[in-house]
Amino acid sequence: MLRIDCPFCGLRDETEFTYGGDASRKRPQLEEKSLNVWNEYVFLRTNPMGGHQEYWLHQHGCRSWLKVTRNTVTHEITEVSFANPELET
Amino acid sequence: MGRYSAFEIFKQALSGHKNWPALWRDPVPKPRYDVIIIGGGGHGLATAYYLAKEHGIRNIAVLEKGWLGGGNTGRNTTIVRSNYMIPGNTEFYEHSMKLWEELSQDLNYNVMFSQRGQYNTFHNPAQRDAARRRANTLRANGIEAELVDASEMKARVPGLDYSANARFPILGAIYQQRAGTARHDAVAWGYARGADQLGVDIIQNCEVEEFIRDDQKIIGVRTTRGEICADKIGMAVAGHSSYVAAKAGLTLPIETHVLQAFVSEPLKPIFDTVISFGAAHFYISQSDKGGLVMGGDIDGYNSYAQRGGLPTMEHVFAAGVSFLPFLSRLKVLRQWGGVMDMSMDGSPIICKSPIDGLYINGGWCYGGFKATPASGWCFAHTIARDQPHRFNEKFSLDRFPRGYAIDERGAGPTPNAH
Repeated sequence: MLRIDCPFCGLRDETEFTYGGDASRKRPQLEEKSLNVWNEYVFLRTNPMGGHQEYWLHQHGCRSWLKVTRNTVTHEITEVSFANPELET
Repeated sequence: MGRYSAFEIFKQALSGHKNWPALWRDPVPKPRYDVIIIGGGGHGLATAYYLAKEHGIRNIAVLEKGWLGGGNTGRNTTIVRSNYMIPGNTEFYEHSMKLWEELSQDLNYNVMFSQRGQYNTFHNPAQRDAARRRANTLRANGIEAELVDASEMKARVPGLDYSANARFPILGAIYQQRAGTARHDAVAWGYARGADQLGVDIIQNCEVEEFIRDDQKIIGVRTTRGEICADKIGMAVAGHSSYVAAKAGLTLPIETHVLQAFVSEPLKPIFDTVISFGAAHFYISQSDKGGLVMGGDIDGYNSYAQRGGLPTMEHVFAAGVSFLPFLSRLKVLRQWGGVMDMSMDGSPIICKSPIDGLYINGGWCYGGFKATPASGWCFAHTIARDQPHRFNEKFSLDRFPRGYAIDERGAGPTPNAH
């Protein structure tokens, strides 16, 4: 069982959250025409063994999207913040 | 080392079965090979076997970081089927099935392939239509499939919840007669023995640390047991494909996820077939030792840990109990997790990589075991001839940017949903 320290709700069980995948990807500008750039964004993943930045939605809590840094081998969570940096203050 | 036969058993009996030779040698790595296969699981060993047998390339090394079959070959639910519907998958998995049917004879090694059939239940009219469409597609491709209604299903597979009050009433199932199970360790050992007899060097405890390049081309690997060079290097390391490919500077359309499997305490024979639950993700068969072998959804977040979490275990058994109420009285004896290459469309990758000298076999999601023979067969063809066989030409890396994803589930580029 993962436990995620939601900055709004506090420490909660993994079962309250929904996984949102790799948070290190940057969506290209919509004007971007290069298929390679879109391929990288849509399909390619660095899939690291170790520290991984990822989104989690606190679905059964405050419904905030969170950005979590978690180790993919030990599952240790080292950092949790709101995905929207404006909420951090 | 000779062939196994009744006479050989008799001969060995005379010395108390103490002189059976080892199944494969334990050679010291040579500095140079024609082909190196990274990964000594079923797929890697099968690749080496078919390279030697079908293509006459015998100067091959298989490098395994741990022990043979210690990865996903030993961490699955051993189900074999070929009921895939999308072009690319259909012919590939059917080719695999045909190789399975001859495998024990071909390898002279009993992989205990048991064609006990597989049922996939449906629970509403829309699912029945989809099952009928799938059955028709399979039959149009020469693969036997049968639609079974609820009363027939009840006669053939008692023990499911057929009551009107079932949470998901069973309307029937799609059945593949030739599906079944095989002994997973025997598959690795059989291919290893077969490859070894054809001259392949199987080198265990040999982890690849980095690739050696000459300009753009990859010409060898630096390992924990020294430098080894080769003209062609194939990787068959599903679960860790991204990790190994990153050493070559490649980023793959893959995320690594954990899938759990479970075995119950042994029971008297109750299921003589493989059954998949259509209303949620749950599948079950019974091993020869009596244990019920069960699996379901992946844990759902990136993980390289070969263990699973309790919430997913609960989720899998909630599905299991709604299908087979008697399961709630059973104890789970063993549980394990394997790490899967979850590709972006749920289908595998067998192709030349964009880097000269490097070939990729991966992205097996959680369907790799059944594919073992055809995966090795097609990968060997791709490495030997520098071009794919028609059975794996659709499993290329460039299918993603070109828009030719093979998405059997229709889930899009969300690996945890495949």
